[in-house]
Amino acid sequence: MSAANGIRLTRRQLLGAGGGLVVAFTIPACGGETKTPATDLASNAWLTIRPDGSATIFATHPEIGQGVKTALPMIVAEELDMPWERVTVEQAPIDESTFGRQVAGGSTSIRNSWEPLRRAGATARALLRQAAAETWSVPVNECVAGNGQVSHQATGQSLGYGELVERASMLKPPPESQIELKARDQYRLLGTRISGVDNRATVTGQPLFGIDQQLPNLRFATYVRAPATGGTVARANIDGVKTLPGVVDAFVLDPVQPPKGLRGGVAILAETTWQALKARRQLEVEWDFAAAATDSWETLRSDGLERAGQSGEVLFDDGNAERALASSAQQISASYVYPFLSHAPLEPQNCTASVEGNTAEIWAPSQTPARGASMAAEVCGLNPDQVVMHQTRIGGGFGRRLYNDYVVEAVAISQRAGVPVKLTWTREDDMANDLYRPGGLHHLKGGLDEKGRLSGWHNHFVTVTSDGEKPSSTAGMRLGTFPQHLVKNYRVEQTLLPSGIPTGAWRAPGSNALAFVSNGFLHELSSAADRDHLEFLLELMGRDRQLSWRRGSGMDTGRAKAVIEAVGKQSNWGRTMPAGQGQGLAFYYSHRGYFAEVAEVTVKDKQVRVDRVFACGDVGPIINRSMAEHQVVGSVSDGLSTMMGLEITFTSGRANETNFDRYPMMRMPSAPPVEVVFLEDNPSPTGLGEPALPPAAPAVVNAIFAASGERLRELPLSKAGWGWMT
Amino acid sequence: MSNISLSVNGKAVSAGNADPEMPLLWYLRDVLGLPGTKFGCGIGQCGACTVHLNGSPVKSCSLPLAAAADAEITTIEGLAEGSQLTALQEAWIELDVPQCGYCQAGQLMSASALLASNPKPTDADIDGAMAGNLCRCHTYRRIRAAIHRAAGATNAADDQSSGSSL
Repeated sequence: MSAANGIRLTRRQLLGAGGGLVVAFTIPACGGETKTPATDLASNAWLTIRPDGSATIFATHPEIGQGVKTALPMIVAEELDMPWERVTVEQAPIDESTFGRQVAGGSTSIRNSWEPLRRAGATARALLRQAAAETWSVPVNECVAGNGQVSHQATGQSLGYGELVERASMLKPPPESQIELKARDQYRLLGTRISGVDNRATVTGQPLFGIDQQLPNLRFATYVRAPATGGTVARANIDGVKTLPGVVDAFVLDPVQPPKGLRGGVAILAETTWQALKARRQLEVEWDFAAAATDSWETLRSDGLERAGQSGEVLFDDGNAERALASSAQQISASYVYPFLSHAPLEPQNCTASVEGNTAEIWAPSQTPARGASMAAEVCGLNPDQVVMHQTRIGGGFGRRLYNDYVVEAVAISQRAGVPVKLTWTREDDMANDLYRPGGLHHLKGGLDEKGRLSGWHNHFVTVTSDGEKPSSTAGMRLGTFPQHLVKNYRVEQTLLPSGIPTGAWRAPGSNALAFVSNGFLHELSSAADRDHLEFLLELMGRDRQLSWRRGSGMDTGRAKAVIEAVGKQSNWGRTMPAGQGQGLAFYYSHRGYFAEVAEVTVKDKQVRVDRVFACGDVGPIINRSMAEHQVVGSVSDGLSTMMGLEITFTSGRANETNFDRYPMMRMPSAPPVEVVFLEDNPSPTGLGEPALPPAAPAVVNAIFAASGERLRELPLSKAGWGWMT
Repeated sequence: MSNISLSVNGKAVSAGNADPEMPLLWYLRDVLGLPGTKFGCGIGQCGACTVHLNGSPVKSCSLPLAAAADAEITTIEGLAEGSQLTALQEAWIELDVPQCGYCQAGQLMSASALLASNPKPTDADIDGAMAGNLCRCHTYRRIRAAIHRAAGATNAADDQSSGSSL
């Protein structure tokens, strides 16, 4: 509450409270344009410089491990010329009317914040320079800001920012046209390695995460949903459960807009989480499965493979793929399959909520906290301004926490019980009630001309549909999917298989699976043509040009070629490898980031060791080099973990894998060394949470082929008996 | 019910009438208000809940309170000596190990138990000792490098000497 009040302080109140300089700036709702910094200090986002020369910078976006709580304030501090040691970072309150869109998703935080945050820092610097100029009665252009102070060379005077705060806070911010941004060669902070601002609190176990929230009189809740999505409670032994030790309440909740809203289920509240979980063992529920999912992955897969070999509805048809294939010198075909996946962030879904009368206060690890607040208001029958949402640090996002189902559950439980509640999902709850990465199948046909060039591409894509009309969430194939627009004759047909399994965004949605399909099949083609794969990819990219798909998001083939060429040099691509070892290359453009990756593997008896991965990326200038490299290493490893062993299968609409014993994520001994290189010529930074992941699995799959001659077309590889070499 | 007493981070604790079946994890988090120890899977698979029991790493999600009777428990909150961080904690900050950070308490507790028994571990020693701790963000390489750093290794075959990005 205090933070929410804080951003509505007026200039006078703030000065009265200690004479800080508060700078206003506006974050545009979407990237690109910027607005004039407002003169109304009460309606904007803030950085505060205090009289002692220290600064507080608000981190506006949710921190899910992608590092924006450190990186976004670094951008402000750079333009402010404020020494990082004097900066304190505070998580901003949720207030999108003030801060703009506060979402962690789509690798957009850096891209959308870059321009406004630089202007915020530069505006403050301009005010401080102006204040110094007035103090000394010298022209402002002779006043130089740097390292937390303003100096005037001719007279040898200098003043710390803190000493300038009072005068600066009385000045009107200069118009946008007069705000000077630094040139890149003037950067002191951006591009360096800064340790995360929460690291000390993390290594000492301080309460940072959603699940760590504590409140007076807090009750601990578990919520039991139907084992198959869409099931509801017909009957439950609520009265019996209520008598169990520590239980303070238990009740049935009816569904409200499931699965992204409230799924029907039984809530049990107790004095500790353990008592709620223990009582849950005694809960007997008769479920109504009339509207529930009935899927089996085995059936979807076998139906899908059969349908993939037939024809489907035409989705894209550039040139004439049929004719190109018919007239090609060589034609090959293959089917690719990938499964459903769970997000499995290590912090299970949870939410702490206190709904009392006409107010709700929420602490939630949400990637879309403002949306969570409005969903909470709706389910509680409150107005949005009666809900206060607090951002917490988030123990892994990966897209799962774009959805706020657990927030809706917690507020509904708190409202019904009339007590503050911490709802914690068990791991089984988490994996059985996900919005899964959709599984899919592709039957591909590719043609090569007499010179071994790609002449035609035909993909029959079989995917799932929850409404019978269009692909389920993130289960579709978009315009511009690699290699569309790079091959003249390109056709995609689509067949939809009905499915009741809820799906959603999983790190690099779409791309995380489609990169495996396209890069694997392209390698099959270059291998069939006996071509060097790197040259084959460069040839596919063609001349340097900007492809235009939608909203300016198309790929620049020059940047694509640059990362492919660079990773070739970096990895010494094409050298002769010893028997049983191989190199593999893959490229993908996603979330406006370009990544080419080369994997080197050793293979023996279906056992794989990834000896090294080389990753070359272009996401423009790097903000925090430490986390940027860390994201790439983590993304590569995540991609390989998923490739080798992870899938969620379903039987009768129920997930079969509901804990880590059956969802074997990669552990330390298998984590490969990853060498990261960034190409940083492009002036505008884009996000790094996602784009390094898609090429990782196909690079390894292509390397396995090079090492062993085995072409692997279905994920996870463990399905066919493959595993990590120990 | 029970009269279990134990020591948590050097303080004597009497569990009074707590359920002896309650996993130590939930006792720490919900009763003692020490949320640094994390819940991840509840079946001892992920290691987020790792604490020390008489100096040995244990998965507190799977350890009934009764099994901690009369034991000395150390949690992440008790790892540092006041504000004096251990070499491991310092190395974690210096190498910027955490991404989301959720698993790191468990990682640090496993790592500190390793260094207590093996002050100069090899990569293989570290892999063996840390294989029970999952990191969903895959910070494994930096964890291993940070353990080497804390151990004062100068020529260990860690990532820095082999040229990989940390």
